[in-house]
Amino acid sequence: MIEVQHITKQYGGFTAVDDVSFRVERGEILGFLGPNGAGKTTTMRILTGYMPPSEGRATVAGFDVFDQPIEAKQRTGYLPETPPLYPDMTVREYLDFVARIKGVPSRERKERVKAVMERTRVADMADRQCGKLSKGYRQRVGLAQALIHNPEVLILDEPTAGLDPKQIIDTRDLIRGLAGDHTIVLSTHILPEVAQTCQRVVIINKGRVVAVDTPDNLTARLQGAATLFVHLDAGGADAAAALAAIPGVSRVAPADQRGAAPPPAPDTFEVESERGVDVRRLLANTIVTRGWGLLELRPMRMSLEDVFLQVTTEEQPQEAGAPGLAPTLEPQSEEAPRA
Amino acid sequence: MRNILAIAGKELRSYFASPIAFIIIGLFSLLFGFFFYTYLTLFVRQSEMMMMQGGGAANINQQMIRGVFLNSAVIILFVMPMITMRTYSEEKRSGTIELLLTSPITDFQIIVGKFLGAMGLYAAMLFVTMLYMAILFIYGNPEWRPIAAGYLGLLLMGGCFISAGLFVSSLTKNQIVAGILTFAVFLMLWVIDWIGESSSPTTKAIVEHLSITRHFDDFARGVVDTNHVIYYLSFITFGLFLTAKSVDSERWRG
Repeated sequence: MIEVQHITKQYGGFTAVDDVSFRVERGEILGFLGPNGAGKTTTMRILTGYMPPSEGRATVAGFDVFDQPIEAKQRTGYLPETPPLYPDMTVREYLDFVARIKGVPSRERKERVKAVMERTRVADMADRQCGKLSKGYRQRVGLAQALIHNPEVLILDEPTAGLDPKQIIDTRDLIRGLAGDHTIVLSTHILPEVAQTCQRVVIINKGRVVAVDTPDNLTARLQGAATLFVHLDAGGADAAAALAAIPGVSRVAPADQRGAAPPPAPDTFEVESERGVDVRRLLANTIVTRGWGLLELRPMRMSLEDVFLQVTTEEQPQEAGAPGLAPTLEPQSEEAPRA
Repeated sequence: MRNILAIAGKELRSYFASPIAFIIIGLFSLLFGFFFYTYLTLFVRQSEMMMMQGGGAANINQQMIRGVFLNSAVIILFVMPMITMRTYSEEKRSGTIELLLTSPITDFQIIVGKFLGAMGLYAAMLFVTMLYMAILFIYGNPEWRPIAAGYLGLLLMGGCFISAGLFVSSLTKNQIVAGILTFAVFLMLWVIDWIGESSSPTTKAIVEHLSITRHFDDFARGVVDTNHVIYYLSFITFGLFLTAKSVDSERWRG
């Protein structure tokens, strides 16, 4: 359905996207994962015909996005990073305008507008000006706009950015519901999102594809080494050394490296275990027998940086000191209040 | 055509959804009214004098309406940047340009749509001034043909300003920058024939040919000269062409 072949995009001397190739099959949801500035948006803009690639070619639904832009665009719905709303139009007017320029026949227009408003749950704001909508509604109107001409291909640039947790879940459900009829490419920098929505993941960093796989395979590849967060009530001076001496523990570091919002207490550690070894039991035992008082013991959130480190330093993970993955892809906020 | 009209309609609606259209129309008709009143009183005094001297009645078309048209050309020059400055820059700033450029419509359709939208507002502006002209028809009997020629001239001249303004607006994300630049360009196109006053005949001829307002003189007098019509139409086409190039190059640069 979508085929990207050796796409390169240069801005002046800067290479935003470097020789990216991938395929998306009909009805599939492909996750595009990468940190900010990795080239996700640029790739999506090339796919939607917003800008031509410097090199390489891309086809959407069999049409080259550069040589047959009109045909390709008729079959593509695109939600850019910021929903492209006109602040002084009402939601209904806006969707009607988009339907017009996307070529929805005039007798079906009213019906389509109504249908997408219901599907994206913005019908209650139909006569509100777009400029006065909350972030969540804007994002959904943006999604409605992408769906209005019932395109075969949907390209969504961070569809859940700026939504509250309830809306994120709703939006993911909506996207999953769209798969099958539509082929979807969505970008995100939130890993759990990919795991929950996508069938296949392309990880991109600094303009290059670093990994393409299913979320399960990816998780399996990344599982193994795990980092635990340990908070002691009163650890002795030798606490770090004693923890490091536990069999299976590969590294112990004070947990203040990450500049977390509340400065961590002095007796907090990041304990990294070797691949495939669960050290939690031993760790807890040791702490309790020493009488340090175990206040908290939890798996560290797997951040995208960790994934990247993991993916890009696959060959020598130990030397690179790559923090591992939590055994589950539980979305756990780093800002979560500490118990 | 459907797409062009969709864009034009959207443009026109956005002018009237914000206070911009009303401010511009109000401001323009106020200034137009001022000149109309000044020239009318002047004309009345003149014709009274001519009557007393026993001469024929003064020609209202030549002695009054022409002056009003010439002055309104200058007002339009000042007002027009306000219409065109936001056309592209606002779309770029707010990101809606991404919607337009990823829709199955061509750049040409977007540009012509935007041009027609702005022309629509401009036509509304001119339409309001027709009320003043109606007063003349109620209390006097001016000839309508020269007036129609004058309005045609104003439309064409405005079209040039709009196409140049579209181009400038397509260069920047910043409305204010677009507005100021547009204004500077218009001023230059206006004052360029002043340069001609003190230079050689050849330079003078070239410079006069370039001046947008100089081409309007004949229209104000009620003469439709194809020479000027072609000048205006080619100016408009050139402006739209430059806009198309600017939008396209923006695409490549990203």
